[in-house]
Amino acid sequence: MGIALISETDAQALAPRPRASFIDFQTEPSRYRHWKLRFEGERAELAMDVDENGGLFEGYLLKLNSYDLGVDIELADALQRLRFEHPEVRVVVLKSAKEKVFCAGANIRMLAGATHAHKVNFCKFTNETRNGMEDSSRFSGQKFLCAIKGTAAGGGYELALACDEIILADDGSSTVSLPEIPLLAVLPGTGGLTRVTDKRKTRRDRADAFCTIEEGVKGKRAVEWRLVDAIATTSKFDAAVNAAAARLAATSDRPVGAAGIALTPLMREIGETSLTYALVRVDIDNAARRATITLQGPASAPPADVAALHAMGADFYSLRLARELDDAILHLRANAPEIGVIVFKSEGDPARALAHDAFLGDNAGHWLAREIVNYWKRLLKRIDMTSRSLVTMIEPGSCFVGILAEIAFASDRAFMFSGRMKGDDRPEATLALSALNFGPLPMSNDLTRLQTRFIGEPESVEKARATIGSSIDASDAETLGLVFESLDDVDWADETRIFLEERSSFSPDGLTGLEANLRFAGPETMETKIFGRLTAWQNWIFQRPNAVGPEGALKRYGSGVKAGFNRERV
Amino acid sequence: MNGSAAYVEGAVDYTTKIPNNVNLAEDGRVLKALEQWHPGYIDWWMSMGPEGFQASEVYLRTAVSIDPKGWAKFGHVKMPEYRWGVLLAPQEEGRLVNFGAHKGEKAWQEVPGEYRAMLRRLLVIQGDTEPASVEQQRHLGKTAPSLYDMRNLFQVNVEEGRHLWAMVYLLQKYFGKDGREEAEGLLERRSGDVDKPRMLGAFNEATPDWLSFYMFTFFTDRDGKMQLESLAQSGFDPLSRTCRFMLTEEAHHMFVGETGVGRVIERTCEAMKAAGIEDPFDIARIRALGVIDLPTLQKKANLHFSLSLDLFGSEVSTNAANFFNSGLKGRFMETKIDDDHRLTSAVYPVLKFIDGEIRMVDEPALTALNMRLRDDYVKDCQGGVNRWNKLIEKAGVRFALSLPSVAFNRHIGEFAGVEASPDGKLLTAAQWAKMRDQWLPSSGDGEFIASLMTPCWERGEYARWVSPPKVGVDNKPGDFDYVRIHAG
Repeated sequence: MGIALISETDAQALAPRPRASFIDFQTEPSRYRHWKLRFEGERAELAMDVDENGGLFEGYLLKLNSYDLGVDIELADALQRLRFEHPEVRVVVLKSAKEKVFCAGANIRMLAGATHAHKVNFCKFTNETRNGMEDSSRFSGQKFLCAIKGTAAGGGYELALACDEIILADDGSSTVSLPEIPLLAVLPGTGGLTRVTDKRKTRRDRADAFCTIEEGVKGKRAVEWRLVDAIATTSKFDAAVNAAAARLAATSDRPVGAAGIALTPLMREIGETSLTYALVRVDIDNAARRATITLQGPASAPPADVAALHAMGADFYSLRLARELDDAILHLRANAPEIGVIVFKSEGDPARALAHDAFLGDNAGHWLAREIVNYWKRLLKRIDMTSRSLVTMIEPGSCFVGILAEIAFASDRAFMFSGRMKGDDRPEATLALSALNFGPLPMSNDLTRLQTRFIGEPESVEKARATIGSSIDASDAETLGLVFESLDDVDWADETRIFLEERSSFSPDGLTGLEANLRFAGPETMETKIFGRLTAWQNWIFQRPNAVGPEGALKRYGSGVKAGFNRERV
Repeated sequence: MNGSAAYVEGAVDYTTKIPNNVNLAEDGRVLKALEQWHPGYIDWWMSMGPEGFQASEVYLRTAVSIDPKGWAKFGHVKMPEYRWGVLLAPQEEGRLVNFGAHKGEKAWQEVPGEYRAMLRRLLVIQGDTEPASVEQQRHLGKTAPSLYDMRNLFQVNVEEGRHLWAMVYLLQKYFGKDGREEAEGLLERRSGDVDKPRMLGAFNEATPDWLSFYMFTFFTDRDGKMQLESLAQSGFDPLSRTCRFMLTEEAHHMFVGETGVGRVIERTCEAMKAAGIEDPFDIARIRALGVIDLPTLQKKANLHFSLSLDLFGSEVSTNAANFFNSGLKGRFMETKIDDDHRLTSAVYPVLKFIDGEIRMVDEPALTALNMRLRDDYVKDCQGGVNRWNKLIEKAGVRFALSLPSVAFNRHIGEFAGVEASPDGKLLTAAQWAKMRDQWLPSSGDGEFIASLMTPCWERGEYARWVSPPKVGVDNKPGDFDYVRIHAG
């Protein structure tokens, strides 16, 4: 959790009511209320300037550049546009447009009033956004430099931690801090604890001290403890930032002279029980607590070359599908909390889908193709991280091949139809793999989904690799271990119905825990630690009276009255 | 000046390098820390203290005891040789924490661990203002309108220096390594320095002329008084005792401000009368007399009042609530207030900017403590303004000074983002830009005042824009040599 260090709050906050009928993840720069983007050649400046009256819910003010999900939705949008619309940008300087405060972190009034589910979802999204910044730096050549003047507290410092480098003003008052424990009795859960030790590699005793000093650390000590990379006095600050930005830009492999593509608005229709995009349809069955997401395969062959790809821009199939699916997943997460099962289906020509994968693979050196694959990587990670039961139904006429097959591998179960249905003239269900299944789309554990799936039988990965490009029928898919079960016309309807009904009957909490554990076999990375360890502890603390009880620190914060703690160590 | 060698409660021990009444002679650790800090302090004083007068002999009072009757002794002293020291009001037997969650507990003689960081921050912020004002005023000696005023300036300066000592003593005695680092930091920051500014805005503003000095000591030192008054209530007893003694000195600073402005008023009215000018707004003719017109005084008051209000912080403040609830910082005259002194269910009216208008809203009293202290401050200021107006009235001039609205010219708190007139009407940016120079000193006003700032260093002489005081310092006669000027 990014947490705000806010010294002025309305102590008597109302329970937050959303200002809009649903949380919308779509925005664009002309609608931003909280961020300012400025471009200067190879450098972009992303300045945080939170409108305190622009909260997503009523009942709190976003003072001192504190943020809520709405602020982060704009940040995520800005980052996405930097990737796609600005190939010329090699370094992004993240700063504050407000004097004396960089960012006070997540708004505490918002957190204190939010439902547990909203808090968890909010943290997940903010974590994904920050992981995305590191992904951009590593795989898209877009580097991040954080220029801190004023207070960077809690989530404010965690945002800085997601950058490649941090420069802190040495003016006697600018500080970095993670005051969650002393102030709020919760954790710096937006990667804070993990990045301090695993990324900044701060010594554990110093990290311990840092996380218990409410006022934070400034000046030389911040450098000595590796909490920032450099300090600079006010008069030399801009020069230091410019020099570091230029140095970071020089390490970038972004193209020179390339023009970006416009991320045009998505076509989206929101109905009572449906969400309809150009290539994605979501059907919601509230009674069954189930959403079915149907993905359309490509309607035509891939573009002839990268020039044609560039001309298509956001209309290019793989990119449009990703944007639509991303929005659909986020929508379900934020606005449909009782939907416990997501069923993925697809419709389309497997050969064309495979041709699109091949096109992306063949042009991996081109910045736009690279961005699209990187986007799919992040989107698939988002799917991995979605706390709903994920099921893929591979039916006749479907096109789960290559990238789309990853959705089946991301699912908790995949069922494949064997043979034909009576009176159905659609082609038999097949799977196919492409090179993209074997490297460019790793999970948060840095392994591919197939490597993770076959963690105990690496030879199965090789067997799967040998099938690249060829069509795999249901019985082969089962033999290769790519699906849970293949079912024929006799069993399909009953078995899948029973599975789904049974799934819906289990405890949602139990399933969330079960799935989050089983999906991520294999090694730990910073990302898995953030989602698995830090988030899990945070979500536990978020349920505990010491934080959220009537005398808990989160509830009491801002009132001047101290929290009352249950002193039992659990 | 030389006190007795034996340690007597209340008396000042001059046997150690650092005069004190806290038995430093037997507190080796703190004495050593202070002795190590001392050279840095002297360096700071030499480079940032009054410019050009370090070799002059100044008729200063030096504290020799904390007994209210006999605590000060006067004599000519070179400022760098002033006996700065550590002086606390006497310890009261059985003193209690008088407010907040710990109300009724014994006052703390040591820092409670859980409040250590909070207390340190309070001390550092308070401590930072002390040397800052010395820095702001360091060029004023050159243009002193009399030796009397020059002496008062230097008295204020050395006492601000001593207040720094007071805070440094607390930091070094009670806050370990961090406290020592902060004590060093107090000497490293510089008023108005772009790289190492002082912590609070008003203390980075220039004090360009003597009228500013009078206004500063009236308005800004009065904020200091309010802060010290609330810290004097502290459940941390050493802080309370320190602040109680500092308040006795602070009173003199406000005297300098109030009588300074009063003397300017008297001189202006006197000159107007002599020249037969009835209209106080006949500015050109009044200025031609070489005195400062009353409307310009009003502008200066507007500026210094609004800057000083910013020092109270946000009207609704979690920090203030925490300080109070923890028993660290009370209200003005806390023990005289008739309530439960816990404030967990009380409310307090706060002037806020809501939906485009200025409105009074009840806020939880705990979080509204800055507002409350500011209200007490405004009342205190109003008393002084009333006394100034008596002087104007007595002179027969039809003019009254007033305090501007708390929404006027603010940069911190509820009204930071809006423009308002001195009578509290909201303005557009364009309206503000048009009227600004009617309400705040313009560059032309500044140039006029600067043109009057010529030194007047003859014994018994006063610059023509300010009247002589009614009574001399320490009852000295009018031509007393308050400062014996030697180059240096």
